[in-house]
Amino acid sequence: MPKSRPAGSNVVENFQEMVSALTPMEAFTEANRCLFCQDAPCTAACPTSVDVPMFIRKISTGNLKGSAKTIMDANPLGASCARICPTEELCVGACVLNELDAPIMIGKLQRYATDYLVQHNIQLYQAGSANQHKIAIVGAGPAGLSAARELALLGYEVTLLDAHEKGGGLNSYAVAPFRLPQAIPLWEVNQILELGVQLKNGVTVGRDITVEELTENYDAVLVAVGMGKIQSLEIPGENLEGVYDALDLIEQTKDGDPTQVHLGAKVVVIGAGNTAIDAATTAKRLGAETVQILYRRTEHEMTAYPFEYDFAKQDGVEFRWLTAPTRVLGTHHVEAVECVRMELGEPDERGRRRPQPVPGSEFTVEVDNVIFAVGQQRRTDVFDDFRLKHSRGVVEVDESFQTSRPGVFAAGDCTFAGGGRNEATVVLAVQQGKQAAAAIHRQVSEKYAAIQGVSKEG
Amino acid sequence: MVADLSINIAGLQSPNPFWLASAPPTNSGYQVMRAFEAGWGGAVWKTLTDKPVVNVSSRFGGLRLNGKRMVGFNNIELITDRPLEDNLREIREVKKRFPDRVIVASVMLEPIQEIWNDVFARIEDAGVDGFELNFGCPHGMAERGMGAAIGQHPDLIRQQTEWAKAATNLPVVAKLTPNITDIRHAARAAKEGGADCVSMINTINSLIGVNLDTWDTIPNVDGQGAHGGYCGPAVKPIALHMVADCARDSALGIPISGIGGISTWRDTVEFMLMGATSVQVCTAVMQHGFRIVEDMIEGLNNYLDEKGIASAMDLVGKSVHKYTEWGQLNLNYKVVADIDDDKCINCNKCYISCEDTAHQAIKMVPEPVGSAHPYRLEVDAKACVGCNLCYEVCPVDAITMVPQNTGEPKTTWQDSGVECLLPEVD
Repeated sequence: MPKSRPAGSNVVENFQEMVSALTPMEAFTEANRCLFCQDAPCTAACPTSVDVPMFIRKISTGNLKGSAKTIMDANPLGASCARICPTEELCVGACVLNELDAPIMIGKLQRYATDYLVQHNIQLYQAGSANQHKIAIVGAGPAGLSAARELALLGYEVTLLDAHEKGGGLNSYAVAPFRLPQAIPLWEVNQILELGVQLKNGVTVGRDITVEELTENYDAVLVAVGMGKIQSLEIPGENLEGVYDALDLIEQTKDGDPTQVHLGAKVVVIGAGNTAIDAATTAKRLGAETVQILYRRTEHEMTAYPFEYDFAKQDGVEFRWLTAPTRVLGTHHVEAVECVRMELGEPDERGRRRPQPVPGSEFTVEVDNVIFAVGQQRRTDVFDDFRLKHSRGVVEVDESFQTSRPGVFAAGDCTFAGGGRNEATVVLAVQQGKQAAAAIHRQVSEKYAAIQGVSKEG
Repeated sequence: MVADLSINIAGLQSPNPFWLASAPPTNSGYQVMRAFEAGWGGAVWKTLTDKPVVNVSSRFGGLRLNGKRMVGFNNIELITDRPLEDNLREIREVKKRFPDRVIVASVMLEPIQEIWNDVFARIEDAGVDGFELNFGCPHGMAERGMGAAIGQHPDLIRQQTEWAKAATNLPVVAKLTPNITDIRHAARAAKEGGADCVSMINTINSLIGVNLDTWDTIPNVDGQGAHGGYCGPAVKPIALHMVADCARDSALGIPISGIGGISTWRDTVEFMLMGATSVQVCTAVMQHGFRIVEDMIEGLNNYLDEKGIASAMDLVGKSVHKYTEWGQLNLNYKVVADIDDDKCINCNKCYISCEDTAHQAIKMVPEPVGSAHPYRLEVDAKACVGCNLCYEVCPVDAITMVPQNTGEPKTTWQDSGVECLLPEVD
């Protein structure tokens, strides 16, 4: 990982992908270190069950195309996941070599293999022979794309609907570009579109197309809308100039030109999750002199992964624990943020100790920008449009990803209860997309078999 | 450093058992001097002859395994391509500067005894300590009726060894080819011809590979290839077997200089235990340079000190009596694999090796949910034949092969009275 970057350093350079690719020699040497375990724990730890020893062995023999196929068969977003999976929590954390030596750099090897596909623009798949059935997928993020790829391989006519101009969802818009360049998810999207999947951009269900149009014209609908904007803390001053939604800030640097995004010298980020880390490091790389993360709990409760915490610190981000904003101060533009000291009380229902303000401990921090990264809104608007049962902003699904409405399925972030680590990951959304596609295929096949009077057993 | 590393092999006194084999590293005085400066105890000079050959370009090819280079090594280089007088002048200089080191002249000559007498006299005059007869070079020279062409015929070995002994009073070493069925026949013929020592093995006939893009052989000379001689770490077991077979041959009884894949002091100890008095090294220095001898000397010394052995010579042949015929092995002896759960990292390689390719004697037993590992590996002692496969596959030495008390007395195939269907080797 690169060392801390001084403020005002080269923005273009700062927004290049920060982890360098393995050289062929590094990849070959690392691949040869893999033990090729049987029933490998790395594979067991992967939500998509990538056959890790097999793809690594294929790297060691120079069979990069075969290696990438092993990855992409299991994970249609294998190139993105190679970069953003919390591998220390998953495959790398499970590697048997942890006990003896350094674990295998599985993520970097996965990137090495999938980069070969990207660089040579190799299409590994072709659509299945058309089965005349149509599926609509709302949301072209990880879960939706994954389901689309699987359904296209099975011969379905798949239409993806997405409010954004480009597919990919958070991979294309909400993960800091120096961690995941937009070109990678866009390549993955294109691979899937090449299978005949249609992507209708800039389409918001409920506004540009009705739910009934979808349910009537398609054999099944998959809701994979992910999450919404950053939640409001509903404190005074949130609408002042210089206040950002972390996702908007990241999107401006990722889908736009980071050299055209201007922050002041002093920045605070509110929140300590994955997005807060991306926003804080983005601010630092844009040239902010000081970037402080304010978090109302402590490092033990934050949802950012240890590797993200390390990365932020290396980028020079400072952390202020047990600190909550109470007001954003300023006339037109942000001038300061008023905070209050917190202390931890009794555990909440998730076991995290509940923070509570220390009376009379208010203090003010002078800042040029405030970036909110305190968790995303739930897309209850969409769920209500579809008349899906949901609780606490989470769509209810059964084990087949079937919602309360027949023929409507849901997968990905909109079905995650959220909150902890190891849950709302891209790789898990990809897996749910695959599973939802399989469930849709089962249901549609059964329905048509029944209509045609063909017995399943026959 | 306490132990005495010096050796005496067929009257050749060397400060340590580490010699360079007759090969590219001993092609010139400059190289041999560099080797002696680094600490090598002796050098067998690149094979001398009265009519230098022309060598080809390219010459070498390496076997690569899982990223490791030169696990095996192949060459199509012939003997010296330099004039005899140049070599002899350099031998004189090196011997003058390093009188305590051994210089053995490897020789290959046309089968005309007068030439042998003449050339041996010239070489002896340069101050060499002994001669090694190259009966092994498997390529090029063999097509001209020399090298392995001699080494594959015991009668010719005997005859040329006699010529050598007639031409010199210095010790004569016969270097044998492994490209035969039973090396003991060749070794005995050398002894009958008067050889003071045998050295083995020369290189093994080989084709190292084919280029997947050009479909040329590796190495290739202008699009064509020819078989070469194979050496390097991959051939060590073949060499060790041949050394051991000669060492336990009561009809032989002359010292052995071990050659073939020796890269470290550990390899050296094995060869000495199996009957070699000195070892000769080539591929390892071709890959790493002469200075690896520092570790060989130090490692051997520390090994001897730790074992409380006073002299390297005390190692020679100590394991030979343990190397026998299959028919002498105890059929009632049994070992069973034992897996140390604390060392096991659950790669499950032992399981799949046994399950797919051995005796289905290792079971993956599910552990309770929440355990450190999803499975525990258990050996079914009844099904285990004690084959060692799991022990070899385990990357962390978690498996021990434990001798079982069968309560049965030793019995061998030979004891069983079943007659061998083949006539015995004489």
